[in-house]
Amino acid sequence: MDTPANLIQATGLRKSFGTLEAVRGIDLCVARGQVLGFLGPNGAGKSTTMRMLTGFLQPDAGTVKIAGVDLAIDPLGAKRNFGYLPEGAPAYSEMRVEDFLAFTARARGYRGGEVAQRVNLAVARVHLEPCRGQRIETLSKGYKRRTGIAQALLHDPPVLILDEPTDGLDPNQKFEVRQLVRDLGKDRAIILSTHILEEVEAVCTRAVIINRGRMVFDGTPKELDARVPAGVEHNRLDHIFRTLTAVNSKERA
Amino acid sequence: MSKARDRSSKQDGAPAVASAAQNNFGPPPTPSAFARTMSVFRREFAAYFATPVAAVFIVMFVAIAALLSFQMAGLYTRGQADLRSFFQWQPWLGMFFMPALGMRLWSDERRSGSIELLMTLPLTTRDMVLGKFLAAWAFACVALLLTTPLWITIAWLGEPDHGVILAGYIASAMLFATLLSVSVCLSACTRNSVVAFVLSVAACFLLLLTGFSIVQDFFAQWSPKWVIESLASMSAMTHFNGLTRGVFDARDVLYPISVVFALLWVNVLLLDWRGSK
Repeated sequence: MDTPANLIQATGLRKSFGTLEAVRGIDLCVARGQVLGFLGPNGAGKSTTMRMLTGFLQPDAGTVKIAGVDLAIDPLGAKRNFGYLPEGAPAYSEMRVEDFLAFTARARGYRGGEVAQRVNLAVARVHLEPCRGQRIETLSKGYKRRTGIAQALLHDPPVLILDEPTDGLDPNQKFEVRQLVRDLGKDRAIILSTHILEEVEAVCTRAVIINRGRMVFDGTPKELDARVPAGVEHNRLDHIFRTLTAVNSKERA
Repeated sequence: MSKARDRSSKQDGAPAVASAAQNNFGPPPTPSAFARTMSVFRREFAAYFATPVAAVFIVMFVAIAALLSFQMAGLYTRGQADLRSFFQWQPWLGMFFMPALGMRLWSDERRSGSIELLMTLPLTTRDMVLGKFLAAWAFACVALLLTTPLWITIAWLGEPDHGVILAGYIASAMLFATLLSVSVCLSACTRNSVVAFVLSVAACFLLLLTGFSIVQDFFAQWSPKWVIESLASMSAMTHFNGLTRGVFDARDVLYPISVVFALLWVNVLLLDWRGSK
């Protein structure tokens, strides 16, 4: 099967909840080897967009293709090609880590010895060995997040969609997760949503900023930095982020 | 639990990164609908046993069933070797116990957010609904099977008609399936398990009661005759009683099967509709 250049291809995504227009026409293309930082203030529409990219929410308009497979036409085919870490890394709290991973492996179609093989690989990749027999409800936030990342990686997908993977982690854990994402991003297409700007510089090859459901910037972290006016020395990205999102708010008004 | 938490925070010092050298982008497996449904079934069935729910449910179900049969319905004092007194209580037991089994199936998923994970796995809504329903039903059947010592007792004391007793057990299993499908469907309407339970008990109560004169009389005052006849034929109780008498009528078997399929289909529509909202 020919793998298209853009592993993630979203066109004209729109979503409203009642009278609130959460996403108002977003186009996204992510190629293999790209780690896209999806930025925006709280309530900008990041999670809604990611939910549409993963098929959890149906867009009011627009199409999503994952590795060339249209999510609306062949949802199972598209879902087999990505791993998803939802916001807050939800999991079945009463399950043990390895049982939870085994469930996701079976749901993805692995059988018999393959299940254990996939679980072992995922556990090793995010260093979950010390707590693989522990119930998820007893895990620390860091390990819970790692469990969520492990299930997203388990089937070695060409596309990863991670909603705030470092939210709530301590600096060491953030560093480790970012290193993992950078490492994985070499031959995958990754979308990583965050509202932490330092994450963009640390991990991403491309940044997209959205505000109030619209895209206000799409470029490399360097291009983003180049937009900072002369004279601003500290918190440069914060400055441009505030400018971009504030301008957009005024435009709306 | 606190020990476990302490242990896990200490373990957080371990590096989270391993080499991402292994990239086996092989074609992803394409499991059959049966395999996908079974993966959900297996998780849900195990979930009952992962908490004290299984033990509490089974002990209470068996104890109350025995208590109602012996004390309230006089299983011994009736002087007849049958389990009619046991089966006559099954609808009322099921009215409370089936909603208790079904209430968490979707509401917990929505409350904890795990529904987002489940819905983005390569499973169809039908796989999920069927897997969850079958797990709950299998668990109810296990509880029902654990009441068979009553059957053994009756067989030891007298000479019961085993065919009628077997029909009673099959009727009970089918009735439980009907009540569970109501409960699983209503569980998808709320993220609160208690609300799901209360709504399910009320709905099961109505489903059982439509065959009773109290409901029929109420409708008789202002409804045409066909409404009353339809209500009577819609009652789970009417069909259950038919089967427990050991008289085979295709309608009594088709009724629970059609109700279960219809409600599971509604459940699928409800979840798909929520996805589009």
